[in-house]
Amino acid sequence: MCGIVGLFLKDKSLEPRLGALLSEMLVTMTDRGPDSAGIAIYGDTTPGMAKLTVQSDQADADFPALADDLSQALGVAVSLRRKSSHAVLTLPLGNVEAARAALAELRPRLRVMSDGEAIEIYKEVGLPKDVAQRFELAQMRGTHGIGHTRMATESAVTTQGAHPFSTGSDQCLVHNGSLSNHNNWRRRLKREGIRIDSMNDTEVGAAYLTWKMQNGASLGEALEGALDDLDGFFTFVVGTRDGFGVVRDPIACKPAVMAETDQYVAFGSEYRALVNLPGIETARIWEPEPATVYFWSH
Amino acid sequence: MQSIDLATQSLRDLNATLQAQKNQTNATEWEVLNPRGAHAIAVGLDAPIEVTVRGSTGYYCAGMNKQAQVHVTGSAGPGVAENMMSGTVIIDGDASQYAGATGHGGLLVIRGNAASRCGISMKGIDIVVQGNIGHMSAFMGQAGNLVVCGDAGDALGDSLYEARIFVRGTVKSLGADCVEKEMRPEHLEILRDLLARAGVDAQPEEFRRYGSARKLYNFDIDNAAAY
Repeated sequence: MCGIVGLFLKDKSLEPRLGALLSEMLVTMTDRGPDSAGIAIYGDTTPGMAKLTVQSDQADADFPALADDLSQALGVAVSLRRKSSHAVLTLPLGNVEAARAALAELRPRLRVMSDGEAIEIYKEVGLPKDVAQRFELAQMRGTHGIGHTRMATESAVTTQGAHPFSTGSDQCLVHNGSLSNHNNWRRRLKREGIRIDSMNDTEVGAAYLTWKMQNGASLGEALEGALDDLDGFFTFVVGTRDGFGVVRDPIACKPAVMAETDQYVAFGSEYRALVNLPGIETARIWEPEPATVYFWSH
Repeated sequence: MQSIDLATQSLRDLNATLQAQKNQTNATEWEVLNPRGAHAIAVGLDAPIEVTVRGSTGYYCAGMNKQAQVHVTGSAGPGVAENMMSGTVIIDGDASQYAGATGHGGLLVIRGNAASRCGISMKGIDIVVQGNIGHMSAFMGQAGNLVVCGDAGDALGDSLYEARIFVRGTVKSLGADCVEKEMRPEHLEILRDLLARAGVDAQPEEFRRYGSARKLYNFDIDNAAAY
């Protein structure tokens, strides 16, 4: 199974409520995925600055001196904002790759969840409501966000196996389904120099899209490519810096419902996830067609 | 009319109450408020009662229905009226995948569109869809009628047995062993009756009929590629 929720705001006045709306949607999908949950949120940006979201199983030991240590290693100012087992490091653009390398030396236990100007990813093992509470998701603001509740099939129930996955700057992917040719693609994409950290099938899907876009494809073209190259069952929801996309495999047995109003575009694995959104009674509600790419951007 | 509000009452209470109605019940009209996409609403009913669900439902609404009329004023999630035996189920909005799957009898009316696998493995149910249907509909359909007033998706009637399919619009593609057949007077009669019972304003003469070529019934080495 697995549950997916997504919310792409058109109306700026809803931005302070993004986290609250999305957390409620996420918790509704608990019985589709009670073993882990995660959220990617496209929040505030600071011109010239990048954000690196990191996770540690021993955050109390790893985080306190991290900003200073990283700042010293890179020779630039670094600030840190902690949320439970995750922290968002903010540093000048252009230092992300150097920071990743330095972090591997300074704190080998750390996992980098995402990097980009807007994206932050929070994910952990546990019930969606506990994960949402732990990271205070309801208080977060932003332009769009994607959440996932996981019932594991293709890899272990770990933080690393939870969704969303990010394999490129400001990109993320969540997935309901299972890919059957991910091992081949993992080997191939690694040879192409794409970073893949886990044995999870979805991360390979994310890496595939990153690779396509690195080679000049738009997100829409990358998703079209996924329909040809990825084998298995999937409903994918993807996020980019200013966009939000959906694609289902041609068999389309993994459920999907979408709603659109003047204020937002919303995605839910089931209609239940959407019932508390403002104006849902008069929203246009439909099921995305199989093998059809949908994309919205700001 | 009896009213059950799912905002204050549990789904189990709702289904237990509806399932407890007998043929001689005086309480024949029921409404369900605030369904909010909940699963398994009004399942396993076996009495000639009328249930109106005011809103949209999740998985398996009106599953295994016998005798009852269930009317959903919104849209229905996957598997609506799955394995229905008799009675009537009406969906004012759209229905998600495998609507009416394995149904043995009764009438399912979908006023909007139905997604993929509508009427999969149907065994006697009649299904009338006013809009379009998705791919693989009536897959392995054994008996009953599937009437589509709009268009049908890919692989319509794949591996069909004896279910009849009537489509007014276009068919994107036919599945293995499904062929167009001539519309004879008895088929127009069946269709006229179904359209009337479903309350659909359409002329039987506007439809085409599809059915099984009966080539896959017995193993034939020449058909190996189609199995």
